[in-house]
Amino acid sequence: MAMQKKKTSMQEQKAEERINNFEEVPYGYTDEEALQEAKRCLQCKDEPCVDGCPVEVPIPDFIQAIIDGDVEKANQIIKSKNNLPAVCGRVCPQEEQCEAVCVMGNKFEPVAIGRLERYVADYNMQRGTDKSSKEEIEKNKIPELEGRKVAVIGAGPAGLTAAADLVRFGLEVTIFEALHDTGGVLSYGIPEFRMPKEIVDQEVEAIKELGVEIKLNVLVGKTITIDELFEEGYEAVFIGVGAGLPRFLGIPGENLNGVYSANEFLTRVNLMKAFKYPEYKTPVKVGNKVAVVGGGNVAMDAARTAKRLGSENVYIVYRRAAEQMPARSEEIEHAREEGIIFKLLNNPVEIHGDQGRVDKMECVEMELGEKDDSGRRRPIPIEGSNWMLDIDTAIIAIGTNPNPLLTKNTKDLATKSWGGIKVDDNQQTSREGVYAGGDVVTGAATVIKAMGAGKTAAKNIKEYLLNKSDK
Amino acid sequence: MYEVLAKEKLAPTIKKLTVKAPLIAEKTQPGNFIILRVDEKGERIPLTVADYDREKGSITIIFQEVGYSTKLLGKMEKGDQIRDIVGPLGHHIDMEGYEKVVLLGGGTGTALLYPKVKGFYEMGAEVISITGARTKNLIILEDDLRKFSDKLYIATDDGSYGHHGFVTDILKDLLEEETGIDLVVAIGPVPMMKAVADMTEEYGIETIVSLNAIMVDGTGMCGACRITVGGETKFTCVDGPSFDAHQVDFAELMNRLSFYTNEEEEIKDNAVKEEI
Ligand SMILES: Cc1cc2nc3c(=O)[nH]c(=O)nc-3n(C[C@H](O)[C@H](O)[C@H](O)COP(=O)(O)OP(=O)(O)OC[C@H]3O[C@@H](n4cnc5c(N)ncnc54)[C@H](O)[C@@H]3O)c2cc1C
Ligand SMILES: Cc1cc2nc3c(=O)[nH]c(=O)nc-3n(C[C@H](O)[C@H](O)[C@H](O)COP(=O)(O)OP(=O)(O)OC[C@H]3O[C@@H](n4cnc5c(N)ncnc54)[C@H](O)[C@@H]3O)c2cc1C
Ligand code: SF4
Ligand code: SF4
Ligand code: FES
Repeated sequence: MAMQKKKTSMQEQKAEERINNFEEVPYGYTDEEALQEAKRCLQCKDEPCVDGCPVEVPIPDFIQAIIDGDVEKANQIIKSKNNLPAVCGRVCPQEEQCEAVCVMGNKFEPVAIGRLERYVADYNMQRGTDKSSKEEIEKNKIPELEGRKVAVIGAGPAGLTAAADLVRFGLEVTIFEALHDTGGVLSYGIPEFRMPKEIVDQEVEAIKELGVEIKLNVLVGKTITIDELFEEGYEAVFIGVGAGLPRFLGIPGENLNGVYSANEFLTRVNLMKAFKYPEYKTPVKVGNKVAVVGGGNVAMDAARTAKRLGSENVYIVYRRAAEQMPARSEEIEHAREEGIIFKLLNNPVEIHGDQGRVDKMECVEMELGEKDDSGRRRPIPIEGSNWMLDIDTAIIAIGTNPNPLLTKNTKDLATKSWGGIKVDDNQQTSREGVYAGGDVVTGAATVIKAMGAGKTAAKNIKEYLLNKSDK
Repeated sequence: MYEVLAKEKLAPTIKKLTVKAPLIAEKTQPGNFIILRVDEKGERIPLTVADYDREKGSITIIFQEVGYSTKLLGKMEKGDQIRDIVGPLGHHIDMEGYEKVVLLGGGTGTALLYPKVKGFYEMGAEVISITGARTKNLIILEDDLRKFSDKLYIATDDGSYGHHGFVTDILKDLLEEETGIDLVVAIGPVPMMKAVADMTEEYGIETIVSLNAIMVDGTGMCGACRITVGGETKFTCVDGPSFDAHQVDFAELMNRLSFYTNEEEEIKDNAVKEEI
């Protein structure tokens, strides 16, 4: 059979339909499609793709299991390294990770590793076979660690991953989460049509089955402090509290009604389920002309959400050019298909209002100058090019910083100037026994990087506790 | 889940619930608040911790039934479970070093004021409390306030009890007559807080107001509660909820509070239909 050069395509909801619902856009592979795609893998001996994955999923092995028709085994293989495969298969920027280094990609399109991972995870979830095997778990337990307590702060990808690995070592693990739900950004940020909450919940259930205890509604730093956790007998702490503090533009008119941070907008819709208002009681208000400021995944998510809430004209206002947008190209493409209007090389300078409600966004046109520190050409305002965009809602999606609440209330925890927690290569902070990872260390990044950090931290917490018991 | 341990009706639409929440009770100080969600489909609403009992592991909330969520909360009976409560949130008020404090509460604002009245009294300050409401049967916590105040004044809009008029009328007289007032604390409807701020500014007396901005998470994550104070944007939930009254942009606060009025009415109509 001739080599299939392109990825096996995945069916998806048509743009005209999907802008009227919150259901997932791509449907996922069928059994036949998955098998067809799996057969494209060359089973390379040196496994370059595995190096491209921050949590080292044994990619050729799980793909081989698909080919062998044992999708349950494929799942066990993935789960030995990755506790959130249904999540990663959907939102990992595979094109920059595993698929970027896939050998097939040298000449043709890389193997669709992410899609296959999603297929395996979904297949097993639907059949209830997504749990890790009990024998496997018992085998990995370390007697010296059994029954010793570790606290994990934050139930996002970093915290969940660290907790799952720690519990496998035989430790007693409790996650403390500030919100009333688990998942972190997966639950409050990434919209339903990209990351169904049911899937997140099922992955979290599987982690609970491993023995991880999750305490919701505990804001560490307020409800309880890290020092008190140690006093209560926790021997180590992992901090995975993300970067949840929204940045604003700092321009006049930003506190007018109708101006949201992307975090607020998405939290209302996702976590509080405002898209099912009034069945769910939290309202969200979008008019017919929505401007989303920013060019990342968050901006695309906000824009596509606004569209689904019934807004007619949804604009992306971004100060650089298309090539420089940090969002995944797949998301930008999806947004375009859904009729999002791109106002590139434009920067808002003021938001104008009428009777307290936003009605115009004043923008200035930009041009690209010299390269800046980030290696991208710097946008420069074109003097006198100001113009008005008619809007009734503005959503600011220009990034987030770590929330200072926890670090401010924790003694001797060193942070960087922008608020990120300082760690060494082992994810250890300036305090003994306290580790950190994910967005709170790197600033807003990716699910898989947060998970990788959680894994590294778990491994080093294990070492730390083993050394400690030797003393 | 958080169990309701006791319930009391303070006025026709004002209820007091004591709820089991040991971790929160352990940490609360006057000025802190919590955010709760009555059930799975409910909103997250902020309420001040009116009182707490560290030994029993309980907190007390006092609230006015103004819309859907507070009405639903008002339906809770002893033994019922509230789905989520997180706290204590916000900064507590720094009470040290004041000698003579005037505290004004308007409407349910009195419930928010009560823990501060108690706090200042226990710190040894001379406490003058003023509470007001539209009419006599809406006056709440009179006995509790009396217990922790050196003087207590009462005002009703319709004159059915105490002074006929606003709490601010009484404040005006006090500012004229009393000497040595070193702090004024005002909690209530925004126009009342603004009036107090204007009045005390003339006398140069430090004044604190507690803002009731609309909130979602209460942890500094969404920015819904942002408000301009001293020309800078602050998040009420983590930077407040108490602020220097003379720095607050009250007009902006009023405006922001009105954003969801239509939706709130709509949902209240539903509530009537659902008999909540
Ligand atoms: C809208 C949006 C879309 C995105 N899309 C993608 C994508 O497509 N692909 C991708 O790879 N990445 C994406 N990201 C980024 C990705 O979601 C994050 O990098 C990742 O979630 C970080 O994980 P984390 O565990 O470090 O933090 P988070 O996911 O932020 O989780 C932190 C958790 O800690 C809790 N917490 C915070 N403070 C405390 C405290 N004091 N006490 C207790 N708990 C606390 C929070 O409530 C939260 O649940 C997106 C982000 C957003 C906002
Ligand atoms: C820090 C803080 C402490 C508070 N303490 C108390 C208290 O001790 N007792 C008390 O009776 N009330 C208190 N409030 C006000 C209380 O939160 C609102 O009355 C409640 O959220 C209204 O919900 P609802 O669905 O019943 O009414 P709705 O119909 O939703 O609204 C009625 C009114 O409440 C305001 N409101 C609506 N949603 C919110 C929200 N999420 N956050 C804040 N305000 C909102 C609206 O602007 C409107 O004026 C406090 C508010 C804050 C911010
Ligand atoms: S977890 Fe992400 S990076 Fe790793 S193999 Fe799966 S899709 Fe690729
Ligand atoms: S690099 Fe690509 S082709 Fe090679 S084993 Fe990995 S997925 Fe298969
Ligand atoms: S309520 Fe979300 S930041 Fe204050």
